[in-house]
Amino acid sequence: MSDTLLEIRNLRVSFPTLQGGRVEVVKGLTFGLGRERLGIVGESGSGKSMTGRAILRLIRPPGRVTADRMDFQGKDLRSLDESAMRAVRGAGIAMVMQDPKYSLNPVMTVGEQISEALETHERIGRRDVRRPVLEMLEAVRIDDPVRVAKLYPHEVSGGMGQRVMIAMMLIPRPAVLIADEPTSALDVSVQAQVLDIIDDLVRSHGMGLIFISHDLDLVAGYCDRILVMNRGEIVEECAAGRLSEATHPYTRGLLAAVPRLDEVRDELPVMDRRAGAPA
Amino acid sequence: MSVEASIAPVPGVSRRQGTAGRRIVRLAQNLGAVGISVFLTVLGLMAITFFIGRVIPIDPVAAAVGDRAPKDVYEATRLAMGLDRPLYEQFYRYCVAVFRGDFGMSLSTGNRVVDDIVRVFPATFEMASIGIVVGVLLGVPMGVWAAARQGSWIDQVIRVLGLMGYAVPAFWLGLVGLAVFYARLRWVGGPGRLDIAYDGMVDPVTGILLIDALLAGEPAIARNALWHLALPCAVLGFFSLAYIARMTRSLMLDQLGQEFIVTARVKGVPEWKVIWKHAFRPIRIPLITVIGLSYAGLLEGSVMIETIFSWPGLGNYITTALLNADMNAVLAGTLVIGAVFIVINKASDVLYRILDPRAR
Repeated sequence: MSDTLLEIRNLRVSFPTLQGGRVEVVKGLTFGLGRERLGIVGESGSGKSMTGRAILRLIRPPGRVTADRMDFQGKDLRSLDESAMRAVRGAGIAMVMQDPKYSLNPVMTVGEQISEALETHERIGRRDVRRPVLEMLEAVRIDDPVRVAKLYPHEVSGGMGQRVMIAMMLIPRPAVLIADEPTSALDVSVQAQVLDIIDDLVRSHGMGLIFISHDLDLVAGYCDRILVMNRGEIVEECAAGRLSEATHPYTRGLLAAVPRLDEVRDELPVMDRRAGAPA
Repeated sequence: MSVEASIAPVPGVSRRQGTAGRRIVRLAQNLGAVGISVFLTVLGLMAITFFIGRVIPIDPVAAAVGDRAPKDVYEATRLAMGLDRPLYEQFYRYCVAVFRGDFGMSLSTGNRVVDDIVRVFPATFEMASIGIVVGVLLGVPMGVWAAARQGSWIDQVIRVLGLMGYAVPAFWLGLVGLAVFYARLRWVGGPGRLDIAYDGMVDPVTGILLIDALLAGEPAIARNALWHLALPCAVLGFFSLAYIARMTRSLMLDQLGQEFIVTARVKGVPEWKVIWKHAFRPIRIPLITVIGLSYAGLLEGSVMIETIFSWPGLGNYITTALLNADMNAVLAGTLVIGAVFIVINKASDVLYRILDPRAR
């Protein structure tokens, strides 16, 4: 890849245990991201969300993050000071969070929250910020942005909340967007809408996307490349179209667990979670 | 926006979308509801004080005429006091009297109870108000700071201070404060509201000495009053600070663990803004209740503090009245305290609605 946005080598995240030791939740992750859509799949607890937060250096002590390399557009994220890191957050790498019900500030209007994202990274006057905010709301297919901008998060639906979240994260025009389970809190009917919006904007802005999900079909449908994670490690990497050819036993297990419309099952297959784990 | 106005309200769409006229109507409705609920609560409060006045084993007639009054005088007084009338009528008369501000005479001071209360309440009000200001101005930032640096030595110090606010008795802190800062160091004034030399030199207009002295153009007296206020207010301030800081800290910790705080950090918002704008803004709402109750507690008149500092306030007055079986004064004092609680509660309710978009 000629234009690599993100280069991660041997990323490790650990937390202390009550017994005084440390438990590693991400164990030596290595991957690169270009202007593409990369899916990270795995079950809950596989370390996929921690990966996203570790890249943004949002894991607070006593959690610990180490990596041999963590470069974003040639900048070493590990060595940046807090204020340089803040400039990367939002404007360089942004993250769409899981559930708009909890991830939007309940006492700030939608418009305030979106304009704050822009004002944090650009010198822009109070008056001038209004237009880009409304345009951004329109870009996430909200029909009457003027009205919606004045609403509080409890006054919008889940799907609309997530579109607001996307607008907020994309308004400073980041180069990389991490979408951490962006649709798992939404109704199935609005999932596709929200994903289409993300997909559309990521393509038109030429961004890199890291799409974190537990839903294999969703990831296969919206990504170019897939990493399968289990117990903090990447167990398989493949092109999205070739997921069915995956060879790793854990991936095969995940695939086997996906229900099909055209078959009758007496028994659901049980995941062999130790598959591939170093003995 | 006429199209929007003409369509039926969509679920999930704010009620605040109404026109200015509708907003005023709703404000009036809210105020009306608050007024009615205040009225009913006050009525309930009066029923309780009235009831207490009937069940205590003090004969109001004997209290007025004395033990050795002849039978016919006793009987005549009883009739004059309306004690032969049915209870509901007595309660009605009591309510009317209370609304007129007539609480009867105080046995211990010989004044009308209203006049006594008008005299003592401002003293308590002055001390409590400065105390709560100290408590809020120091306690809130301390609580926020402790939460932002959870587990650090600063957090530990603030937590120990909070614990001391619970564990240290007010009278001990007051006495030690007097011994050190007044008797030894002479940094603050001693007991009482003013030095004896200044006593009675300004006319009570508001009853709040600081204001009265300034109104009278006597900055020296105002300075002296402040000098006397310093220590009791510091002690009261410390207790409210300890409580407010503890509550602020735990409310803040709660907020800092929320997902929208992560969102703010993801956006690249600077940490001080994450703390004061994103985490602190939502807790202003429960904090109002905490501060309100704390203030109401101070207004009730801290008996210990007022006794130690010879403060002619409400706490002192009610205690003296109680010890002298001066029921008119005790019941009036109880009513005033109850009314203070109701007013502060309602005020924090109203503020709550202004600040919380979800409650509007």
